[in-house]
Amino acid sequence: MTHDHDHDDEHSELSETQLRVRALETILTEKGYVDPAALDLLIETYEKKVGPRNGARVVAKAWTDPAYRAWLLEDANAAIASVGYAGRQGEHMVVLENTPSRHNMVVCTLCSCYPWPVLGLPPIWYKSAPYRSRAVADPRGVLRDFGVELPAATEIRVWDSTSEVRYLVLPMRPEGSAGWSEEKLADLVTRNSMIGTGVPKRPEELA
Amino acid sequence: MTEGAHDMGGARGFGCVRPEPNEPPFHAEWERRAFALTLAMAMPGGWNIDMSRAARENRPPQDYLCKSYYEIWLAGLERLMVERGLVERDEIEAGRALHPPLPGKARLSPEGVAQVLYRGAPTGREPKAPARFKVGDRVRARTFSPPTHTRLPRYVRGHAGVVELVHGCHVFPDSNALGAGEDPQWLYTVCFDGAELWGAGADPTAKVSVDAWDSYLEPA
Repeated sequence: MTHDHDHDDEHSELSETQLRVRALETILTEKGYVDPAALDLLIETYEKKVGPRNGARVVAKAWTDPAYRAWLLEDANAAIASVGYAGRQGEHMVVLENTPSRHNMVVCTLCSCYPWPVLGLPPIWYKSAPYRSRAVADPRGVLRDFGVELPAATEIRVWDSTSEVRYLVLPMRPEGSAGWSEEKLADLVTRNSMIGTGVPKRPEELA
Repeated sequence: MTEGAHDMGGARGFGCVRPEPNEPPFHAEWERRAFALTLAMAMPGGWNIDMSRAARENRPPQDYLCKSYYEIWLAGLERLMVERGLVERDEIEAGRALHPPLPGKARLSPEGVAQVLYRGAPTGREPKAPARFKVGDRVRARTFSPPTHTRLPRYVRGHAGVVELVHGCHVFPDSNALGAGEDPQWLYTVCFDGAELWGAGADPTAKVSVDAWDSYLEPA
């Protein structure tokens, strides 16, 4: 698939699509199938409310609370719901714990399956042909595209999300963060570290 | 579609992954509206997620590969609506309503949005029989090429792996996409060694799993 941002706003192709979508919304509104106010709310939800900060809070809680961590690994749906995140595209959650000997990485080679309630909508690279084709065949090469180099002995475990099960990676807590609050720890947790294409920030990286 | 261009695992030549720094959720206003229309139309449309995926993916490879992500969503939505007579092609081309709406269709209200999103669409179903495989069992992904929707990627077909997780019974996408019923089946995470999938040159530290429904598998 082409990258949306390869299109320039001045391109006629984009204008045509813009017009087509606008006309379609008008048709569907006229026919009474959609309420534009509901569309606004759907967009606002995923643009403003649901995003990787949710997952970061889950991860930070697991880093500070061993009982919560155990619950999260045992029954991710319940543990994640307990902090308020649930629903569409996160109906069947499984959390994958990274360790010094095993690094987990999540992909959807067939489409774009992604745990919305904890990460929001997927970034373009996650939905793109390069990631979907190569994550399963050359995960170390893909990690290098992200500037991540793991020890040669670390097992790389790739999870292809082919069902409605959604995977969230629990990354390793960075050194030097002892005694930090959950809120501060959450600042270390990047979106990519919860997909497995990155690692959390180091404490010294926080401004 | 089983041989569609969407089934990308292991394909070569697509190049490097290029992450976009500080990427926004949407890159144009029309993407926002296409996204929201797709979610909202599922209520009057009555289709399921497998029908949606099939509508996006079942198209010529050159078409799939040339469209951006939300262009594929838009094309899928148009197809689903036209198939059901909610909208007709001449209306999409004219850009205005030319025919009366189908009667009795539900509409997603602003008040209903939070509940619809919170509820989602769980696919777990009560098992009617015990699972055929258990964790640790060796299984082989079947070699098959159905002309219709499937969620067994080509790159694992014919290959042997080990059952790592048992997820319970889930709606079977191959039949659900066709409107032929949910046919719930046991769902497993099956893990494959890199060398089993990619040959001797594969990274010896890499393992890959897929989630596979019971009928995708046979004992190995």
